[in-house]
Amino acid sequence: MVKIKILDDTLRDGQHALSHQFTPDQVAEIAGRLDKTGVDAIEVGHGNGLSGSSCQYGIGYASDEEYLTAAASVLKHAKLAIIVLPGIGTRENFEMAKRCGVQIVRVSTQITEADIAMQHIEMAKKMGFETRAILTQAQVLDVEATVRQAKLMESYGADVVYLFDGSGYMLPGQIRERFTAMKEALNVPIGFHGHNNLQLALANSLVAIECGAEHIDTCLKGFGAGAGNCPTELLVAAANRLSIETGIDLFEILNIGDELIVPLMPRPMDLTSDCLMLGYAGVYSSFRLFAQRAAEKYGVDSRKVIAEVGARKCTEGQEDLCIDVAYEMSKAAKEER
Amino acid sequence: MKQKIKVAILGTGNIGTDLMFKIRKRSSNMELKLFSGIDKNSSGMKLAREHGVTTSARSIDAILQEKDIRIVFDATSAGAHLKHAPLLKQAGKIAIDLTPAAVGEFVIPVINLDHLISQDIHGLNVNMVTCGGQATIPIVYAISRVAKTSYAEIVATLASKSAGPGTRVNIDEFTTTTANGIIKLGKAENSKAIILLNPADPPMMMNCTIYAMCKEYSEREVTESVNNMISELQNYIPGYRLKVPPQFDGERIMVMVQVQGAGDFLPVYAGNLDIMTSAAQTVGDVVAGKLLSEMQLKESV
Repeated sequence: MVKIKILDDTLRDGQHALSHQFTPDQVAEIAGRLDKTGVDAIEVGHGNGLSGSSCQYGIGYASDEEYLTAAASVLKHAKLAIIVLPGIGTRENFEMAKRCGVQIVRVSTQITEADIAMQHIEMAKKMGFETRAILTQAQVLDVEATVRQAKLMESYGADVVYLFDGSGYMLPGQIRERFTAMKEALNVPIGFHGHNNLQLALANSLVAIECGAEHIDTCLKGFGAGAGNCPTELLVAAANRLSIETGIDLFEILNIGDELIVPLMPRPMDLTSDCLMLGYAGVYSSFRLFAQRAAEKYGVDSRKVIAEVGARKCTEGQEDLCIDVAYEMSKAAKEER
Repeated sequence: MKQKIKVAILGTGNIGTDLMFKIRKRSSNMELKLFSGIDKNSSGMKLAREHGVTTSARSIDAILQEKDIRIVFDATSAGAHLKHAPLLKQAGKIAIDLTPAAVGEFVIPVINLDHLISQDIHGLNVNMVTCGGQATIPIVYAISRVAKTSYAEIVATLASKSAGPGTRVNIDEFTTTTANGIIKLGKAENSKAIILLNPADPPMMMNCTIYAMCKEYSEREVTESVNNMISELQNYIPGYRLKVPPQFDGERIMVMVQVQGAGDFLPVYAGNLDIMTSAAQTVGDVVAGKLLSEMQLKESV
């Protein structure tokens, strides 16, 4: 029987949908109940990882330490995970994470820039964390180049290597060819994280599993950036159907989603035109609210802002580009008149 | 012939090589005597030899042997500079550090070069902060000199191609050193620095966003101060330009700039490297100028 491990990312990716305003009490309550469902790991913190609280990404309601302390206080089974993006969070932050009881450190880079993760992966391993590497914006590289970057991460010491579809851009065929190649080339387990901007998070996750992925990221009710992630309850339901073992209690996941997540969702995880554009143009999911705000401020069409951001091949992290593009569009429109 | 101060470049990567071209092309007070590194077959070394510059693969040892080299530009890495700094000081050489090691005082020409020069410069070690710092801290300073700035944050987005191995192993140091520079020279009370690498092809220009949190300010004064600062920066970085003028949103002020390189050696998209070498060359020329006037004073006595 195929067995997979679920990392629930509601309390980190979901922060994007909430503009990073989860309270430590909410984190403790949700983590505490998730802990009893059988999920392998729970990721917590600002949407942009350690030290992500900023003008660029949004100021978090609480500090990294407050969030992690709240989660650690209730977890007995699931492993506590954090994400760090070199260029935003530094190795200095790892001390605090260790103190708070974090067990998994996930180091994430744009798929082309694996080498900036080397020092962080080495430090995390040295400090005794289970260390996982993430390559995001899967669409940017072809299969061969993807495998090269994945092997780099493995060579630095990563215990698991993930491919993230941060823009929700990928079609199932593209996932199939990448995961088949990665499974063949790597010795460490591989994982997938999908987004629903083209409503393919579940399908892509199932294809990844079929091709050998042992780790999948999901969020309760899909609560995450853009149109959201693969819903935890949906993956568990489909996995049960396919006799894939997740070890997770479906009914309890449904309960937590309905009782705790639905009431705090500021907007449904629908496929709005903006979200579709994110997936279509290859723009990082977390740009959704930034593009909307910039479009509103400068009186331009948010879908066109997103399309232009995508045309400029922006990388993850470039939320400021939304303002740049919207400002320029507005200026150009005024000059025409 | 006009007398010039003899200088050396330590580190023959992209930054060292671009600096070599700038000093030879534009320096009024400096003469490049030695281009020293560890790899005699690096492309920088080959170019240096093609242009008749003396090279060495014995790194700092070759420089320490030359008594008449007064100024040394260190373009190696943070870890390497930590070893070089005490050796250069002992040898009485002035060190201009282009790594994020930040052993010495920060210098950004438009902000504090005059002040630095007015002091005793013997055994001086100055640090050029980071490329992102050179591009953005002047703007933070331009804001903080007209409005009390409780927090400033910068986001430097660079073309992936312009970030060499040196930058890639110094990502953390980049963010920390830049954040320190924002406080020390930018005069913000608190700070943050973010660096992003963008792999787009054709490579993008260096883009920087500066955020400042200020409780009270005059929009007109801030805009004027920022525009004046940009004019000053354009004196030594002609490719520096304003992309989005100061945007005001309550306490939050936001400015976006772009830095296009001169294309001396590095391509124009490597504005991040160009701003570093332009600033370092400017510092070197002013320091060399002071050394020359000290020498002339001694001779006339």
